[in-house]
Amino acid sequence: MSLLETLRVALRALWRNRLRSFLTTLGVVIGVAAVIAMVAIGEGAKARVEATFNSMGTNLLIVMSGSSSQGGSRGGFGSMPTLTWDDLKAIQTECPAVRAAAPQLRSSQSIVAEEQNWTTRVFGTTPEYFDIRSWPIAKGNAFSASELDAGAKVAVLGQTVVEKLYGASADPVGQQIRIRNVPFVIIGVLDKKGQSPDGQDYDDCVIVPVTTYESKLVRGLQKYLQGWVMVSAHASSGTQKAQSEITALLRERHQIRPPAEDDFFVRNLAEVASAQQEGTKTLTTLLASIALVSLLVGGIGVMNIMLVSVTERTREIGLRMAIGAKPRQILAQFLVEALALATLGGLIGVALGLIVAARLAVSFAWPILVRADIIAIAVLFSALVGIVFGMYPARKASRLDPIEALRYE
Amino acid sequence: MALIALDDVHKTYASGGEAEVRALRGVSLTIDKGEFVAIMGSSGSGKSTLMNILGLLDRPTRGRYLLAEREVSTLSKNELAEVRNRMIGFVFQSFNLLARTSAAENVELPLIYAGVPGKLRRARAKAVLERVGLGDRLGHHPSQLSGGQQQRVAIARALVTEPPLLLADEPTGNLDSKTSLEVMALLQTLGRDGLTVVIVTHELDIAEYATRLITIKDGLVAENRRQTQRIAKVSA
Repeated sequence: MSLLETLRVALRALWRNRLRSFLTTLGVVIGVAAVIAMVAIGEGAKARVEATFNSMGTNLLIVMSGSSSQGGSRGGFGSMPTLTWDDLKAIQTECPAVRAAAPQLRSSQSIVAEEQNWTTRVFGTTPEYFDIRSWPIAKGNAFSASELDAGAKVAVLGQTVVEKLYGASADPVGQQIRIRNVPFVIIGVLDKKGQSPDGQDYDDCVIVPVTTYESKLVRGLQKYLQGWVMVSAHASSGTQKAQSEITALLRERHQIRPPAEDDFFVRNLAEVASAQQEGTKTLTTLLASIALVSLLVGGIGVMNIMLVSVTERTREIGLRMAIGAKPRQILAQFLVEALALATLGGLIGVALGLIVAARLAVSFAWPILVRADIIAIAVLFSALVGIVFGMYPARKASRLDPIEALRYE
Repeated sequence: MALIALDDVHKTYASGGEAEVRALRGVSLTIDKGEFVAIMGSSGSGKSTLMNILGLLDRPTRGRYLLAEREVSTLSKNELAEVRNRMIGFVFQSFNLLARTSAAENVELPLIYAGVPGKLRRARAKAVLERVGLGDRLGHHPSQLSGGQQQRVAIARALVTEPPLLLADEPTGNLDSKTSLEVMALLQTLGRDGLTVVIVTHELDIAEYATRLITIKDGLVAENRRQTQRIAKVSA
C-alpha cells in the first residue's frame, strides 16, 4: 500500500469524524496561533527598538574630552577640553572604519522671531552632521561647506522650534531670527525625529555652522574643540573597529603611553542598541517558550483523542486486520491520521495567529513583524508533535488482536 | 481436492494462572473445494475457536492446517494478513461495515490492502455489488440500507478479492427469517459458482441449507455428515 493511499485512508477516516477531528486539532491550532502571534509581537518590539536607535544616527560613536580634576573634585565627561580641531581632522582622514565625523558644540540660547521667542539648544556643527545623525531636511536646505567656511549667519530649525515660533504648519524658510542679537536667516527645517528613549525631544534644537557658532555665539577655545565629536562608522560591525582605531589614534596624538589612562572618552551607541536588542530577544524567547508549552499541551490533546479514537474504532481496526491489513499498515494509518491532524492544526493556527497579530497591531498600535522562518518552524514543529504524540495510540492500534477487536462492543 | 485440511488441531488458552482452557482438543477434518459446510455447536463448544483458526485470525497451539495445500499454521502475522486478504472472505453477524462510508467504498477496502489501484478498485467493487443485487445502491451509506442489504454489502466485500473460501460467522443472526432466506439463497448461488462456503450457526434450519454438517462438542468433532441440501427459495 503506497504512502499516498495511506494518506487517503487516513484523511477519509478523519473526514468521517469531522467534528471530533476539528476539536482534536483545536489545541494545536491555539498553540501555533500563540507562537505566531507572540513571535510577531516580539519581533515587532525588536524592530521598534532598532528603529529608535537608528533615529539617533547610524552606527554612531561619540568622542568626548576627558574630565578635569581640581583639588579632588572631578568634573565629569568633557569637562576638560583635550580634543582639538586637528584631532577631528585626524579622525576624519586617518581612521579607515570612520565614514564621517562632525563636531557638536552646544549651548542653550534664546531665539527671537518677529512675534515669539523660545529658549532651546543651539548646535554648532558641519554639514556632515545631518548625514551622521541620519537626519533629513524637510524644507529648504542644510548649510553647505562654503557657508561653513564663510561663517554665514544661517540656521536650520527643528520642528518643535518652528512650531513654537511660527505655529505647527508654518514654512519659516527665508524668515529671520535673532540669537544673541545676531540675525540668522532660516534656510531649512529638519524632518521630525521624535523623542529619545529617555524622553528628550530631538526636534527642539537649532543648528548653525560651527564657524558662525564660535565667532558670533560662544567664543571658542582656539585650537581646542569645546564639545563632542559625532562619528559614524562604516558598517554596523565596524563600530567596534572604529572605536579602537579612534582610541589608538587619539592616544598617539595626545602622547599617552601605558599605563596612563585616556584623556578622552569614546561612546559606542551601537553597543547600547545591541544590548537593548538582547533585552527584546529575551522577551521574544520567553513569549515563544510559553507558546511552545501550549503547543505541547495541544499535542497531548491529540494523543488523548487518538487514544479515544483507537478504542472507539476497535471493531474497525479488527475488521481491517481481518480483511488483510498488516499491523504496520494499521500503525501507518493512525500515525498519518495524527500527523495530518497536527499539521492541519498547525496551518490553521498560522492563519489564526496572523489574524490575531494583525488585530493586536491595530488595536494597540503595536508594531508586528511576521517572519517566514518562524511560520515554517511552527508548522514543522506541529507535524513533529503529531508524530510524537500519535505514535503511542498508533502502536496500541496495531497491536490489537483481531479476534478480540472484532468482538469488542 | 481438499481446500482445507486440519490434522489433529489443538488450541489451548492460558487464562491467567493454573487453569488453562482447552478450546480444541484434536480436530481433524477436510473440506473440499465447492462444499457448503455448516458448523454447529453450543456456546463454549469451541466452534468460534475453530472458525478463528480456519480464518487465520488465530494459530493452533498444536497440529497442522493446510489451506489450498499450503501449511499456514506456522506463518507470521504479516504473512497471515496477506493470506487472509487473498484467500478468505469474511462475513460477520454484525456486518462490520464502516459507518458514514458508501457501500462501494466499504467493498473496496480489501482491495486497498491488496494494493489494487483506485480505478480498478472502483470497477471491481461496482461489479461485485451488482452481482449481489445492489448495483443501484453504490453510494448509499450503511445507515441508509436495510439489514439484508447491509449483509449483502458485507458479502460483496468478502467476494471482491475473489477468494476461494468464504467464512460466515452467524451471517443471519441479526436478520429476520425472510431476509435470512435471501442471504442463504445468495450464499447457495455463490456455492454453485464454485465458492467454498463455511458458515457457523446455532440454528438448525439455517444449517439445513448446507451440503455438510459438522457438529463440535467439547473441542472435538462430534458429528460430521453429508446431507441433502435444502434449496433456499425466495418467494417473490
